[in-house]
Amino acid sequence: MTTTHSAGEPAPEAPPAAPTTEDGPPGPDPEAGLGIASAPVPADADSRPYAESEPDTEPESDTEPGVDAAAGSVVPAVTAEAAGKEDPAVAAVPPAAAEATTEVVQAVTADAEATAAVAANAAGVTEPAQTAGVPADTQEVACGGLAGAKRGEAGARSRRSGSGGSDTQEVACGGLAGAKRGEAGARSRRSGSGGTEPVVAGPVAAAERPAVAEAAARVGPASAAVEPVWAIDARELVKSYRGRRRGDPPVRAVRGISLRVPAGTIFGLLGPNGAGKTTTVRMLATLARPDGGSATVAGHDLLRRPWDVRRSIAIVPQRSGADPDATGRENLLLQGRLYGLSGTGLARRADELLERFALGDAAGRLARTYSGGMLRRLDVAIGLVARPAVLFLDEPTTGLDPEARAVMWSEIEALTADGLSILLTTHYLEEADRLAARVAIVENGQVVVEGTPEELKSELRGDTVDLELAEAPDASQAEALRGRLAALPGVGEVTLDGRSVRARVAGGAAALPAIFAAVDGAGLATATASVARPSFDDVYLRHVGRRFGRHEELT
Amino acid sequence: MTTTQPMTIAVPLSMDAAEVPATGSARPLGSRQFGALTARLLRSLLRRPAFVAITLVQAVVWLPLFGSLFRSVATVPGFGQGEYIDYLTPGVATMSVLFSAGWTGIRFIDDMENGVMERLLASPTRRWAIVGGTVAHEAVIVAVQVTLVVLLGWGLGARLRSGPLGVVVLVVVAVTLSTAVAALSDALALVVRRREALIAAANFLVLPLTFLSTGMMPERLLPGWIRRVAHYNPANWAVSASRMALAAHPDWLSILWNLLALAVLAALSWALAARAFSSYQRSL
Repeated sequence: MTTTHSAGEPAPEAPPAAPTTEDGPPGPDPEAGLGIASAPVPADADSRPYAESEPDTEPESDTEPGVDAAAGSVVPAVTAEAAGKEDPAVAAVPPAAAEATTEVVQAVTADAEATAAVAANAAGVTEPAQTAGVPADTQEVACGGLAGAKRGEAGARSRRSGSGGSDTQEVACGGLAGAKRGEAGARSRRSGSGGTEPVVAGPVAAAERPAVAEAAARVGPASAAVEPVWAIDARELVKSYRGRRRGDPPVRAVRGISLRVPAGTIFGLLGPNGAGKTTTVRMLATLARPDGGSATVAGHDLLRRPWDVRRSIAIVPQRSGADPDATGRENLLLQGRLYGLSGTGLARRADELLERFALGDAAGRLARTYSGGMLRRLDVAIGLVARPAVLFLDEPTTGLDPEARAVMWSEIEALTADGLSILLTTHYLEEADRLAARVAIVENGQVVVEGTPEELKSELRGDTVDLELAEAPDASQAEALRGRLAALPGVGEVTLDGRSVRARVAGGAAALPAIFAAVDGAGLATATASVARPSFDDVYLRHVGRRFGRHEELT
Repeated sequence: MTTTQPMTIAVPLSMDAAEVPATGSARPLGSRQFGALTARLLRSLLRRPAFVAITLVQAVVWLPLFGSLFRSVATVPGFGQGEYIDYLTPGVATMSVLFSAGWTGIRFIDDMENGVMERLLASPTRRWAIVGGTVAHEAVIVAVQVTLVVLLGWGLGARLRSGPLGVVVLVVVAVTLSTAVAALSDALALVVRRREALIAAANFLVLPLTFLSTGMMPERLLPGWIRRVAHYNPANWAVSASRMALAAHPDWLSILWNLLALAVLAALSWALAARAFSSYQRSL
């Protein structure tokens, strides 16, 4: 697919002193062919000013798949370019093979995994899952693993997109089977989608591991299965801010966050204030330039093609984002015009959103007169006007009363039905649990754990036993209690905080008498006790709160 | 991706013909964005009649005030002939431009505080168009203010010897100066990001710019060093152009040169403001 550039198009906003050139290499994007693209951005990209002076000199393509705004669907340009170029082989992987592949995958190093994922991206395939002749589920497993999602990534759904002939965009996971010694390579010899180019993975199997993935990419995808398109694929994002005063050390807000958001899902970033959630969102929304790392958002490279990213996303900032001096409707219309919409289509879209968010009656009122819940609904509606492929919601329900929050939740839940991908930040556990298909808990600029809420909860074996002691124990009593509890069969982690004791216990109810005895034995008395199935609260406590626990022991 | 991109000299501020219609691509037009953002600010201006009233009264207060305060200047030897009000009207017009446009950046600070700026910057909105919205909004305010000042001066006895054409030229000069100042104020807002700091900086700049010019006092009566400084003071370029425009036989050529200098300054300021977004984004 040859893209045509409106080359030399003037750049009205770039300053005169900064002549800009398109520095993209000729030929397909590096993403497409070589399997190196999603690796960290080359140094020259880092040295370029971020975004501001380059928008209009970017090559613009009429035919570039890009993001189909009308459908809200993500179609990475990369994929299609690669597809056009090298006619990749799409292979049907029988269920048995797929399972085996998964095992293989898990054995491979993270490095190889990452590269294989890239190879997968290179193998642009525009073939719906069904036609690959394998039950979709199996493919997901095979490929979710392949794609470098370290856990079995059941949340990775194959995606159907609407409109405009751009059919479901699935990406073949290539190469990796070949990356692991001969056996996988042999198995992975499958015919291509059109049966045109059977690919031999033999040479790949013989290669050394680091070289393997690259070789695999060069040879073409060996085995193929289906990977969901990543709405966001961020690797090792790093961001520091200058210290408040000269000489202060820089504040490391984000210290290497990687995340992958399958298209059409809600991904929750959960963490306390100051954990780096907002900074992460700002980086991914092209507002803040990462100091390190790389990302693609809606299929576009964040650092090299920020203007393509901007056309495909919308952000609902923590601080509203609506113009208080404009009416609800005017806010929506302005947003639409900024994204290039106009006329009756835009007016219809605005009305539709006002209706949907129950703002019809308030459409003509100034946003500054809105209640908190209404304003937040307006903020989200504004974000949706231009049908972005990826929506960033930065703490959408902070400061709302429980009722308004519940309304907002059901609105947000409904959004993914249109194929929208959402990155949501929150510090409400319940919100992440309820809305997000996947959750990453962020602490101190790093992801401490990631998975589906169910996965995270099922990591916690057993029930939570909460005790309220009659009196706060002194240090020796606390130590004795901890020792006695830990000695009981089935008791896992024990957290002490003042009068409250929390223990993870297999078969919590049955163990209660023994626990009471342990409390008595430590010279303490139990005031209240409760047993609960693990909640998301416990997940958070385990991954974030443990640190507080340790801190408490020290003091 | 088969072509290499030729080197493109980026030309700022060419918002009319420069925009090639983006055929078949989803790329929004900067000129449309500019229009939408301007309309947004003008709408909200009209919604605050009190603010409009204060803005206009402010402009009108200076003329009678300075007119009476400095009336005796006209009697000082070396002033030349004519009424002081004749002399003062273009000066006060320019001064009201500075006072009004210097505060433009406040809009940006408001937008930063309520999240609108983040939303704009994450959208495909051109940076020059974001600046343009505030600049154009300010241009409308200034055009009305200056017209009002001139009409008031006329009411107080100033003679508009070159007729309506002179007044039109004066308004054009004022709008050009306003564009330069407004864009600089925007740039400043993006850099300091705090209301108080912006206000302090604007006030610090506006008064010296006014008084280091021939706005109130003929050049012959100015101390030597002020005369030299005034030569490089854009406000002074505007004052002289405006005054010449109202004279009986305007020196159109030198008016044009002054206007050109102001236009270049406005373009540079606009480009600078579009650049300053990266400073703001570094703080995000």
